[in-house]
Amino acid sequence: MASIEFVRVTKSFEKSSVIDNLNLTIEDGKFTVLVGPSGCGKTTLLRMIAGIGPQSSGEVRIGGKDVSRVPPGKRGVAMVFQNYAIYPTMTVRDNIEFGLKNNRVPKAERTRLVETIGATVGLAGYLDRMPSTLSGGQRQRVALARAMVKEPSVFLMDEPLSNLDAKLRAQMRIELIELHKKLGATFVYVTHDQVEAMSMADTIVLMNEGVIQQEAPPEDVYRDPANLFAAQFIGVPPMNVGELGIDGVRFGFRPESADLAVLSGAERELAAAAAGDPIRPGAGAPKPAGADEARYAFRGRIATREMLGAETLYQVRRDGEPGASFMVKCFADRFAVDQEVELEVPADKLFFFDAAGDRIRRDHPAHDAYVAALCSREPAHA
Amino acid sequence: MNPEYARHPIRVLADYALKGAVVLVFVFPFLWMISTSLQTFRETMAFPPTWLPASPQWQNFVHAMKAGPFLTYARNSVVVTASIIALQLVVMIPAAYAFAKYRFPGRNALFGLVLLAFMIPGQVTFIPVYLMLADWGLIRTLLPQILPFLSSAFGIFLLRQYFMQIAEEIVEAARLDNASEAKIIWRLMIPMSTPALATIALFSFVSHWNDYFWPLIMTDSNAVRPLTLGIAMLRETEGISNWHILMAGNVVLVVPILIVYLFCSQQIVKAFVYSGIK
Repeated sequence: MASIEFVRVTKSFEKSSVIDNLNLTIEDGKFTVLVGPSGCGKTTLLRMIAGIGPQSSGEVRIGGKDVSRVPPGKRGVAMVFQNYAIYPTMTVRDNIEFGLKNNRVPKAERTRLVETIGATVGLAGYLDRMPSTLSGGQRQRVALARAMVKEPSVFLMDEPLSNLDAKLRAQMRIELIELHKKLGATFVYVTHDQVEAMSMADTIVLMNEGVIQQEAPPEDVYRDPANLFAAQFIGVPPMNVGELGIDGVRFGFRPESADLAVLSGAERELAAAAAGDPIRPGAGAPKPAGADEARYAFRGRIATREMLGAETLYQVRRDGEPGASFMVKCFADRFAVDQEVELEVPADKLFFFDAAGDRIRRDHPAHDAYVAALCSREPAHA
Repeated sequence: MNPEYARHPIRVLADYALKGAVVLVFVFPFLWMISTSLQTFRETMAFPPTWLPASPQWQNFVHAMKAGPFLTYARNSVVVTASIIALQLVVMIPAAYAFAKYRFPGRNALFGLVLLAFMIPGQVTFIPVYLMLADWGLIRTLLPQILPFLSSAFGIFLLRQYFMQIAEEIVEAARLDNASEAKIIWRLMIPMSTPALATIALFSFVSHWNDYFWPLIMTDSNAVRPLTLGIAMLRETEGISNWHILMAGNVVLVVPILIVYLFCSQQIVKAFVYSGIK
């Protein structure tokens, strides 16, 4: 099949370079998702693979072969565009068949392929319709069928689901995962939606401003982000970040890693009296063993509550302190707006980033000192 | 538009009156031409003017057509106009495609040149063009009426604008489908731009079918003259006051334009259905 390699690739538009000296290998047969905010260069990379927006310098290899001089139609790749790019003056059948005709596939074979693929994507009854009579989801399927019918070794998809409504998008995500499993081809999928990236990818390539931030399986990007950008890009809501106040270091924790507990009036006084170990009734599950280990604690007021069904998002804020605001995701809806709460995060759920935004991992010599500094903070002060 | 205003009866009335007045300004000379072409000489001279002939004088048409080699004129007009439109499309479509969808050095300068050509009237260049064609010995053929119009700057400009609106991704998808550039033009660009093509062809048809100045300069025998010149010459053969014969000739000249227009307008409406999907 076909792996894809970018070797010292640069792309510039009118003197400004979008991608500078980038190296990347996309494994054969994997579902790779290029994800990042708009303008990060992910679509540029995809268009280089397709050959419709060639690199300014460097090499793109498909299956080990430099394809810089191979025209798009002869690269063994198929692409699904964001706006589908269906040929509006052709019937569904002609749309799917167009590539086969150009590749001089015999008529009988063509008809068989079109019928089979049409049935696979659920367009069997629509082959002789004009695209203008189809719904958005059906047009999406035409675009998919048109790509599949060529049996390419590489599938390129440029935000193919962004024009669909949320329900259909969720359904198509599952269908794409199944399609990839069935075809075993190399999938390269571009999106700015981290949910799509997390749910479908074997490997996520996270990009920002033309630079690859992290290249890893979804669970690794989530659990072990390489830098502040990766930490904040993946996850809904994004990771909470605050200033540690030492060496420009910032700390972070995921909204779902924090525990919330109500502070009643009495408890508040008690807590104030015996700062450091307040009692927390109603915090739910009994504390696991080792609960005495270091924790980051923060007291504030619930400023907003978003009940999303299975989970509820709370914004915990301490008024008058800029930056003293954190999102917390709970799977039970126990709190109300304006309640005084204490939020705490176990030390092993804390992340640290240096002044440049790079991750400070557990094995970093200063890591434990940062944990200690953060966890010894008075919960009522920033 | 605010529907509340539109429903007010006085407004509706004013609306129709205004539209009717505009229609009258355009249609009246035309109707008068048809009416005159069917009148007797006496009726054309009467005052107050005759609005409708007492009995239609169809023989006016026979008379006009017998006044010269009108079959030859008509054939010349058809050949010249059809050739111009066909050749213009052949030149214009690839040119507009290149200007709209390719990036190449000098593109803007070349397109500027096209616009410049658009702005130079034929009256500026007709003498050198005539001398050149005479030099080539072409004056006794139809070519002097065709060759100078091989490329239409207006058409290239209009079609380029239209092609630019067609999504880049459609062309890219076709390239990924291994389609040649010629095939992209033939199977995608042309079918997707029928309204523009019909409009351009219609403009070209009207201006060349009605052209008087250029053939007047470029012809010196009846064998190569088009209808416009033939009908103008009725004035000489029939005398200046035979309006009914002159108008019969003019009706013959104008009817094909109406037929082509009706055909094209249907095409334009049909074609707009395609451009509805994005």
